[in-house]
Amino acid sequence: MSPMTAQVVTLKIDGQDVSAHENDSILTAAREHGVFIPTLCNLDGLTTLGACRLCLVEMAGSPKLLPACTTKVSEGMEVVTSSERIAKYRRMVIELLFAEGNHICAVCVSNGHCELQSMAQTVGMTHVSVPYLYPKRTVDASHERFTVDHNRCILCMRCVRVCDEIEGAHTWDVMGRGTAAKVITDMNQPWGTSDTCTSCGKCVHVCPTGSLFEKTASVSEMLKRRHFLPYLTMMREEVE
Amino acid sequence: MSKVKVATVWLDGCSGCHMSFLDMDERLVELATKVDIVYSPLVDPKNFPDMVDVTLVEGAVSSTDDFNKILKIREHTKILVSLGDCAVTSNVPCMRNVYSVEEVLDRAYVQNAAVGKKPPTKIVPKLFDKVRPVHEVVKVDVFVPGCPPSADTIHFVLTELIAGRIPDTNAITRFGA
Repeated sequence: MSPMTAQVVTLKIDGQDVSAHENDSILTAAREHGVFIPTLCNLDGLTTLGACRLCLVEMAGSPKLLPACTTKVSEGMEVVTSSERIAKYRRMVIELLFAEGNHICAVCVSNGHCELQSMAQTVGMTHVSVPYLYPKRTVDASHERFTVDHNRCILCMRCVRVCDEIEGAHTWDVMGRGTAAKVITDMNQPWGTSDTCTSCGKCVHVCPTGSLFEKTASVSEMLKRRHFLPYLTMMREEVE
Repeated sequence: MSKVKVATVWLDGCSGCHMSFLDMDERLVELATKVDIVYSPLVDPKNFPDMVDVTLVEGAVSSTDDFNKILKIREHTKILVSLGDCAVTSNVPCMRNVYSVEEVLDRAYVQNAAVGKKPPTKIVPKLFDKVRPVHEVVKVDVFVPGCPPSADTIHFVLTELIAGRIPDTNAITRFGA
């Protein structure tokens, strides 16, 4: 929610004149006007990060594509949210995510409820055109109730953000660079030995893939419930 | 009108895509008036014909046998279809890719074997280090994801191809479907 003093700016999204608060992102402005921009790392109720690059849009005067989630609107801005060029890059983003991990939809707890899987369909990915990396990643089932399967992690950082910003525990973080980057619990120790984890399960439910799941779930059974998040954030803001 | 020559082939997969093919049930009778199945695990001929119009490929490329088959098939096929997740993504077969071939064979033929604890050395084709999706080995013309793709999806793909169109299956199937 923007402060009362916020100025209203006008801009063009896909040729349509729209108005938005000056503090709004392009993504927020687009959504308010019914323009769909695909996202993966973005989640209502968490801070924006710009990690997945799926929301890239074109802007008049900029040779680069810009992420709609972290780019603020400004007066006279002209944004294009869908074009052949954008579609190509979005497909590429998804293909690279599939190639970089080990995503075997058919045997995944999140099959049929996975944001990565449905996004592949949304962006029209027919196959992965780069060679698969088949990285050797681990599964940590040391926690009493939850499992983290790093094979399915796309490093969206939703777990890191929800644990820090909402639960206030900051059990999750990230270590390593490039393809070696991974989410860790506490000092890169087994999740079950974490001193800070409250076992609240928020990380499990914001995870867009089957990377974080409840131990009772088998193939296709992991349904994620995350509608609580925007309300939680909103209620806290109102108290302040 | 001459019939469309169709082949189907089974590489590294579970045969589930072929089962789904058979699940077209009574529609197979109607298809048979337009299509000749000239080569398939479901029919008799043992040699791949000179030229076929459409080949449906189930399974990933895992061994020297798969590799030799797919090269020959590509050479003698007009439209090559990757049918199902194993062909399109390498799917479950590629789960062994994080281990060496020696580790995989040891697991299957030594650790889990009741008798004759030794990997086979004769007749059985040699496994490759990595299982690959079909399009990493030869050019693929149509991708049909799904594990397996439904009978409806396969029926749609075939009827579109028979009509001379390249099918777009994005709306009716997906990875893991």
